[in-house]
Amino acid sequence: MSDSLSLVLFSGTDDKLMAAATLAAGAAAMDRPVNVLLMFWALDAFRADRIATTHGLAYDAARPRPTEPVEKVGALPWLETFRQAKEIGEMSIRACSGSLDTLGLDPTELDPIVDSAGGIASFLMAAESGQILFI
Amino acid sequence: MPATVTESELEAITADKVVDARGAACPGPLLEAKKGMGTVPVGAVLEIWSSDPVTKSDIGAWSAKVGHAFLGVLVADGYERVLVRRQK
Repeated sequence: MSDSLSLVLFSGTDDKLMAAATLAAGAAAMDRPVNVLLMFWALDAFRADRIATTHGLAYDAARPRPTEPVEKVGALPWLETFRQAKEIGEMSIRACSGSLDTLGLDPTELDPIVDSAGGIASFLMAAESGQILFI
Repeated sequence: MPATVTESELEAITADKVVDARGAACPGPLLEAKKGMGTVPVGAVLEIWSSDPVTKSDIGAWSAKVGHAFLGVLVADGYERVLVRRQK
């Protein structure tokens, strides 16, 4: 089994992106290659013009749970955590070309942390026999 | 993760580099440790300061995975000092 960790990011809320970034950075620190594929709402969250804004919380955060601690601006530094993962390890972030098309986005509209646009086959090739998580 | 040296031996070690990750939550201290280890030569001792009690076990797991020597933990005032020797 490959040592790599591959994450398919679908959800674009700050809490799920923070969880994904934590996993990615941890795996990168452990010298495991990390492959990230951005689809739908996660892809939308990486738009350069909106990446620094807040992206809300998942349905799991619905009342009456106390959401204030994670609603604080800057409380969920997922972008910074992804940047650190890239800095310390081997990580690629691809934008799903199908989702780019669906959302009417051009790769140039994404934050530069996204390496390239890619198809599902190239992502699965990079993932090899390693774990793939869908978040 | 059992310490490989005694506490008195640990206290006698002078780290080659100290990384202050106090106040950072997981995975912050681990990422700081990984970055810090890249700046010291093989054989050097890195000391990570963390106020997160899970850091010591995380650093232990990381050391085992990537092949560094986890030396042990010293308790300080409100934080822990985790010592690791770079092995490769």
